[in-house]
Amino acid sequence: MRISRRILAGLATASLAVTATSCGGGGTSGSFDDTVTVGILHSLSGTMAISESTLVDTEKMAIEEINAAGGVTVGGKSYKIEYIVEDGASDWPTFAEKSKKLIDQDGVPVVFGGWTSASRKAMLPVYESKDAFLYYPIQYEAQECSNNIFYTGATPNQQSEPATDFMYKRSPAAGGDFFLVGSDYVFPRTSNTITKAQVKQLGGKVVGEDYLPLGNTEVAPIISKIKKALPEGGIIINTLNGDQNVAFFKQIQDAGITPSSGYYVMNYSIAEEEISTIGPEFLEGHYGAWNYMMSIDTPASKKFAKSFKKRWGADRVVADPQESAYNMVYLWKQAVEDAGTFDDNAVREALVGQTFDAPQGPVEVMPNHHLSQTVRIGEINAEGGFTILEETGVVLPQAWNQKHPSSKGFACDWTDPSKGEKYKL
Amino acid sequence: MELLLDSLFNGVAIGSVLLVAALGLAIVFGLMGVINLAHGELMMLGAYTTYVTQLIFKLPILKPFYNSYIIVSIFLAFIVSGVVGILLEKTIIRKLYGSPLETLLATWGVSLILQQFVRSVPLAYGTGLVISLIIGLFLPTTFPLKIKESINFKYFKFSSWILAALTGVLTGSVISSTVSKLSRASARNVDVTAPSWMRGQVEILGTAFPKTRLMIIVITLISVIAITLFLNQSAWGMRIRAVTQNRQMSDCLGISTEKVDIITFGIGSGLAGVAGVAVSLLGSVGPNVGGNYIVGCFMVVVLGGVGNLLGTVLASFGIGIMTDLIGAGRLLSIWPDMPLPLSNTINFFATTSMARVMIFALIVIFLQFKPTGLFPQKGRMVEN
Repeated sequence: MRISRRILAGLATASLAVTATSCGGGGTSGSFDDTVTVGILHSLSGTMAISESTLVDTEKMAIEEINAAGGVTVGGKSYKIEYIVEDGASDWPTFAEKSKKLIDQDGVPVVFGGWTSASRKAMLPVYESKDAFLYYPIQYEAQECSNNIFYTGATPNQQSEPATDFMYKRSPAAGGDFFLVGSDYVFPRTSNTITKAQVKQLGGKVVGEDYLPLGNTEVAPIISKIKKALPEGGIIINTLNGDQNVAFFKQIQDAGITPSSGYYVMNYSIAEEEISTIGPEFLEGHYGAWNYMMSIDTPASKKFAKSFKKRWGADRVVADPQESAYNMVYLWKQAVEDAGTFDDNAVREALVGQTFDAPQGPVEVMPNHHLSQTVRIGEINAEGGFTILEETGVVLPQAWNQKHPSSKGFACDWTDPSKGEKYKL
Repeated sequence: MELLLDSLFNGVAIGSVLLVAALGLAIVFGLMGVINLAHGELMMLGAYTTYVTQLIFKLPILKPFYNSYIIVSIFLAFIVSGVVGILLEKTIIRKLYGSPLETLLATWGVSLILQQFVRSVPLAYGTGLVISLIIGLFLPTTFPLKIKESINFKYFKFSSWILAALTGVLTGSVISSTVSKLSRASARNVDVTAPSWMRGQVEILGTAFPKTRLMIIVITLISVIAITLFLNQSAWGMRIRAVTQNRQMSDCLGISTEKVDIITFGIGSGLAGVAGVAVSLLGSVGPNVGGNYIVGCFMVVVLGGVGNLLGTVLASFGIGIMTDLIGAGRLLSIWPDMPLPLSNTINFFATTSMARVMIFALIVIFLQFKPTGLFPQKGRMVEN
C-alpha cells in the first residue's frame, strides 16, 4: 500500500504530462525571408519545474535577442527563429517521448533541453537513433560523449577539480581533512569518486562520506559523523540536491558547524537562485564554484543580467545554468550561419571551433562537443551573491575524467573519424 | 559517557520528529481505522501556516512580538489542519467508513488536490479560504439552542456561511496587499527561519545540543502528554474510547458517534498541523514536504501496534535510536577493535541510505514474528 502510492503518483504524473500543453511562440516582428522553428524541452511541471523554467525563460530571451538583431542568416536569406516549448514534466520517459515528437512531427533542426542527468540519459538513445542534435546546458558528471549531444555546462575538471584544489591549498581550512556529503544519485557519487582520487593525489585525507536518499531531510546522523570525523573543523564538499540543502544548512548551523568554528563547505549545486531560497544567513562564508556568477564585473555579464531582469522582472537573478543555456542558443546560431544550412551534420561540423564572447568571458567549442570555460571560486556573501575569490584561465573540458579510475587515459574527439567517442590517449 | 549522551540525544531527536508526525496518524488510523494518505499534506498545511504566520508577524504592528511567532503558529497550525481535517471527514471520509480501499484512494486524491492547491493558489487567498472555513463551520455551533432547534436554522446556517465567505475574501485581499510574498502563487519551496532565541545550541552536561531539536522534543512531549490526558481524563476522551471499543453499544447508550468521529478526526489532523510546525524548523517548506514523512508515519504506527499510543511512542524512539546507531556507525566507536569482517559490514551500513534499508529490513523481520506490532490491541474494526 505504501509503495503503491509512489508508483501511482508516478503514473499520475506521467499521464498528466501526456496531456500537458505545448505552445508555440515567436519573438519580435520584423522583415524576414523565412522562419525556422527550434524545440525547447524542459520540465514546466513537477519537482524540476522551478529550476528548469528559468532555462526556458533564458532561451526565449536569447531567441528574441537574435530575432531583434535580424535573425539567422543562412545562404543569404534571413530566418526568424520560432520555437515550440514542450514540457518534460520532471519525468524522464516523457523527455524521450517529447524529443521524438519534436524531431519527427515538428521536424525541428535542433532541441535545446534537459537538466537532470537522468533526463539526458533518457533522451540520448532517441537523438542517436534519429541522428538529431540536442543541446544540453547543465554542469554534470561527464563520463559521456555523444556525437548527437552538445554539452555547454561544466565537466568535473571545470568545476569540482579547481574547487577541491582551492579548498586544499588556499582556503582558510587549507590542509584540512575532507568530508563528502551528497544526495544519493549518479552526479554526487561520480563527482565524489573524482574528488577522492584528487584529494589522494594532493596528499590530503577524505575522512568520511555520506549520501542522503532523495527526499530525505533527516541529517542528524550525518552531523554526528561530521563532528566525529572532523572534531576541529575541516573541509566539507557538498553535492546535495535542491531542498535537501535547506535542511542541511539549517541543521549544521544549529549544530555549530560554521565557518567561524573552522568548517568550510564547498558547494557544487548552489547558485544565486538557490542562495535566495536557502537564505544567505545560513550560507555566508561558505563557498561555491561555477563558470558564471552574477557578480562578474564585466560589461557582457552586466548586460546579460540586466536584459534578463528587464525581460522577466527586477527580482529575478541569473545563474550559471542560465548562462550556459544562453550561450548554446548563440553558438547554434553561429554554427548554422557558418554551415550555411540547417542540416544537422553540416552544423555539427561547423560547431567545433566556434567561439563566443559569453557573459563569463570567451568560450570555445572543443572537438569533444564540450566548451572550454573559465572557472571561478566565490565566497557566499550576506547579500546572497558570490564574492569572487579566484578565476582560472580557460580550462579545457574533459569528457572522460582523468582522475576517475574508469576513464583515466581516455578522451573524445568527434572531428577525427579514427578517434570518436572514447579513444586511448 | 559523552558518546552515550550524544547518541541518546540524536536518537531521541530523530524519534521525536517521527513521533510528532505519526501521533495524529496513530489516532486517525489507530483509533478510527481510517487509512489517511492525506496525513502528510495536513502536515504540509501546518508547515505553510508557520510560514504565513512568520510573514504576518513581520508586519510593523506585530513586529515587537516577532520572537513569539513560532508559539502562535503551533496553535494556528493545529486549528488550520484540524478544520481542513474536519471538512475532509464531513465531505469524504464519512461516506467511506468500512471501505478501506476506497478511503485510501479518496484520501490519496485529496493529498494531490492539496499539493496542487498550495502550488497554484496564492497563499494569501489560501489563508482567506481557511478563515472562511473556520467561521462557516464553527459560527453555527455557537448559536443558542433555541435557534438551532427552530425550523429557520438552515437560513441562519446559510447566512453565517455568507458572512464567512465575505470575511475570507476580505482577509485574503488585505493580506495579499500588505504582504507581497503571499500575493503570488508559487511552486517554489519557502523557508521558515526560527526566531533568534531558537537558533544555536545550549550546553548540557558538557555536550552541546541544537536548540531547534530541543524545541521539537518539547513540542512532541507536550503533544503526547496533552493527547494522553485528553483521551484518559476528559469526557470526550472517554466517549472516543468507548466508540473505539464498541460503536453500536456506544450509539445505543446515547453517545453521538457522528460527533465523536468529527472530533477524533479533527484532533488527529490538528496534530498533523503541529507536526508541520516542527518539520518546518528542520528543512524547507514545499508542496511535497508531507510526502517525505508519510511512509515513516505508517511504519511507526504499524510497528507500535495499531491503536496504541504507547506503542507509537516506543516505536518512534526505537527507530530513532536505531537510525543513529546504524547510520552514524556508533558501534565502531563503542567497540573499536572488532574483527575486520564485522567492522566492514557495519561501515557498509553506516550511511544514511543504507541505514534506512537496514531499518526497513529489521522492521520486516520483526513483523514476521509479531505481525500486530509491539503492543497489539483490538482497534475498532469498522462496522458494517
